Amino acid sequence: MRAEDIILKAENISKQYRLGLVGTGTISHDLNRWWSRIRGKEDPYLKVGDINDRTSKANSQYVWALKDINFEVKRGEVLGIIGKNGAGKSTLLKILSKVTGPTTGEIKTKGRIASLLEVGTGFHGEMTGRENVYLNGAILGMTKKEIKSKIEEIIVFSGCERYIDTPVKRYSSGMTVRLAFAVAAFLEPEILVIDEVLAVGDAEFQKKAIGKMQDISKGEGRTVLFVSHNMAAVKNLCTRGLLIDKGKIVLNDNIDKVVDSYLSNEDVVSTSSKSLINSIRDTGAQQIMTSIEILNKEGVISGRDVCFRIYFKEDYKENISLGYLIKDDKDANIHASNMKQCDLLFENKTSRFIDLTLKNLPLAPGKYSLSLYFGNGNYDLDVIDNAIFFQVFWDNTSNIKAPLKKWGNVHISNIWDY
Amino acid sequence: MKSKIINTDWLYTISPQKKTIDLNFKEIWRYRDLLFLFVKRDVITQYKQTILGPLWYFIQPLFTSIIFTLIFNNLAAIPTGDGVPSFLFNLAGITSWNYFSACLTGTSNTFAANQGIFGKVYFPRVITPLSVVFSNLLKFGIQLLVFICFYIYFVFFTDKAFNAMPQIALICLPVIIIFMGLFGLGLGMTISSMTTKYRDLSFLVGFGVQLLMYGSAVMYPLSYFKDKVPEYAWLVEHNPMTTIIELFRYMCLGIGEFSLFSFLYAGCVSVIFFLIGLVIFNKTEKSFIDTV
Repeated sequence: MRAEDIILKAENISKQYRLGLVGTGTISHDLNRWWSRIRGKEDPYLKVGDINDRTSKANSQYVWALKDINFEVKRGEVLGIIGKNGAGKSTLLKILSKVTGPTTGEIKTKGRIASLLEVGTGFHGEMTGRENVYLNGAILGMTKKEIKSKIEEIIVFSGCERYIDTPVKRYSSGMTVRLAFAVAAFLEPEILVIDEVLAVGDAEFQKKAIGKMQDISKGEGRTVLFVSHNMAAVKNLCTRGLLIDKGKIVLNDNIDKVVDSYLSNEDVVSTSSKSLINSIRDTGAQQIMTSIEILNKEGVISGRDVCFRIYFKEDYKENISLGYLIKDDKDANIHASNMKQCDLLFENKTSRFIDLTLKNLPLAPGKYSLSLYFGNGNYDLDVIDNAIFFQVFWDNTSNIKAPLKKWGNVHISNIWDY
Repeated sequence: MKSKIINTDWLYTISPQKKTIDLNFKEIWRYRDLLFLFVKRDVITQYKQTILGPLWYFIQPLFTSIIFTLIFNNLAAIPTGDGVPSFLFNLAGITSWNYFSACLTGTSNTFAANQGIFGKVYFPRVITPLSVVFSNLLKFGIQLLVFICFYIYFVFFTDKAFNAMPQIALICLPVIIIFMGLFGLGLGMTISSMTTKYRDLSFLVGFGVQLLMYGSAVMYPLSYFKDKVPEYAWLVEHNPMTTIIELFRYMCLGIGEFSLFSFLYAGCVSVIFFLIGLVIFNKTEKSFIDTV
C-alpha cells in the first residue's frame, strides 16, 4: 500500500453525547467544563460515558456514540458502512461531512468531501424545479457556473423535464427525490458520502441511481462512502466494508465478509408478524406484499409444521404464483420451492393472503431467513430478500436431545433398527 | 506494509475545535454563489401566494408612519422640528429602523430555523445570516425609494417641507447602512448562538426589538427627549441605533444631531458587536447540532 493511495484517514475519532433533556441542570455542567478549561485542565466529562447501546439503561449522563474509530480509505474505493440502528453510522458520516465536529481525534483528507445525507436538503417548495437545482447544487458546494454547465444533464437524469418549471410543492414525493438525487449525482467531489438514499424512489429510479453510483466509483475513480441497510445494494456497490456496532468498528474487511458477519447478527424478530411495506425490495420489484405472519403461536419448532401467512394488497386481483427461499444465518441457501414446481396457480379474486405450510420442518435450531418471490405465473412482480428472520427452536419436551450447531442446518427425523 | 504519511500531504483536517477565531474567508468566498442564491430565494419566496405581493414592502412602513404621526405627533404633540412634516420625520425613522430590526430578527433565529439543513450538509454557516442582511438590503432599498417619493412630494408640491434639506453628509449614507447591517448582524448572530442551547433569549427578541425601538429615537428627536427626561437621556443617547437614526435623519432632512464623534461612535460599536457576534457564531456552529 503506497502512502499516496490513501485519500482519507480517521484517527481515534470519538463522539460524546449528553443524554436526557437540556435544562437548568445542564448549566452547572457547562460552568464546570468552562472552569476546567480556564485552568487549562481536561474536560472532566470526557472521562465518563457509557458505550453506545440503546437497549441497556444508561449509568451515566454521557454516552459515546463513537469511540476510537480508526480507518483509512484508498482513492477510488467504495466503502460500505453497515451496522444496526443507532450503531453510530450516521454520526460517523456527520463528522465526515463536517456537520458536527468530533469530540476527540481527527480526520485527514486529501480531497473535497461532499455529502448526500438526505436528498432534497434545502429544497424550497415555492421555487420551481430549476431554481431548486441551482439552490441545492450551491448548498452542496457547486458554483453557479458548474451547475449551469450540467443543468440539462441533471434535468434529463431526474426525468422531471415536464415539471421543471413548476414549483416543487406540486411535485410528488418521488419526483422531489429524483430531482434531488440527480443534483447530487452530478456533484464532482473527490469523496462522496451517501446515506440511505436508495430506500426511496421507484424501482426504475433505484436501478438508475445504483448505476450512476457505480459509474461514479468505477468509471470516474472517485471515492464513495456508503451507508445503507440494503445489503444487496451494499454488496453490489462496495469493495470494502466497515461493520460498526455500539460505536466501535467490529470488522473492517472485504465487503462479502462484512455483510455475512452483519447478517448473522441480525436480530431475530420477536413478534410473529412483520410489515413488508418498508422492506427493501429487489430492483424492479413492485410493492405488492404487505406483511407476513407466522401462525404458530408457540413459535417455530423443529420437526413440526410451520405456517406462514403472506398478505398482499387488496387491489391485487390477478393470478398469483408464490415462491420462497430459506437461508441460514450465513446467507447460504438451504431450500427453495415455488407453486410452479407443484403446477399450481392461484386464480385470485377476493383473497388477501396466502398460507404457506412447511411440513415437519426439518431445520436444526438456529436463525433462518425467508425470502419471498411474488409472481403472476409468468414472472416475478415483488421480490423481498430476507423478508422475515425467524428462530427455529427445539422441542425440549421430546425425548430427543437438540442437535449440536456443528452438525449442520438440517435435522431429519430418523429411525434406528437393530 | 504501511508507509509513513507526510502531514503536509493532507488537504484539510477535521478535528475538535481549539482555536477561538477560525474563519476561513477563502471558503466563504468559494460559497459566494450560495449567498446569492439564498438572497434570491428569500426575495422570490417572501410574498409568493399573496395578492398584493411586493406591495407589502410599501404598505408596512407607510401605515406605521401614519399611525405614528397620528399618535405621537398629533395626539402626544411631539415636535419634529420646524418645516419638517411629522410624516416625513417618522417615515425616515421607520425606514432606517426597519432595516436594522429585520436584520436582527432575521439572523437571531439562524440556527433554530435552519436546523434541518445544517444537520444534513456542510457549508460555511455564516452564509445564512449574511444572506438575511443582503436580502433585507433590497427591501430597504424599496422602502428608501418610497421615502424619496414622499420627500419629493412634500418638498416640491407642498410648502410644509421648507426646512427639509439634504445635507452634504448624505454621501455617508452607504456607511450608515453598513453600520446598521453590521450591528443587526452581530447582535443577531450572538442571540442565535446563545439560543441553541438555552432558548430563553429567543423569547426576548420579539418584544425586546419593540422595546429597543422606543429607546432608539425612532418617533421622537433625541433633543426633545433630552429636554423632557434628562435623567434617562444617557440611555437613549448611548444606544448606537439612536445615533444611526439621528444621523440618517440629519443626512436626509437636516434635523437632528450630527457630529463626527457620534458617527465614529456608531461605527465602532457596530464593528465591535459584529466581531463579537462572529466569534460566538463561529464557536457555536461546530457543536450546535448536538445541542439544539
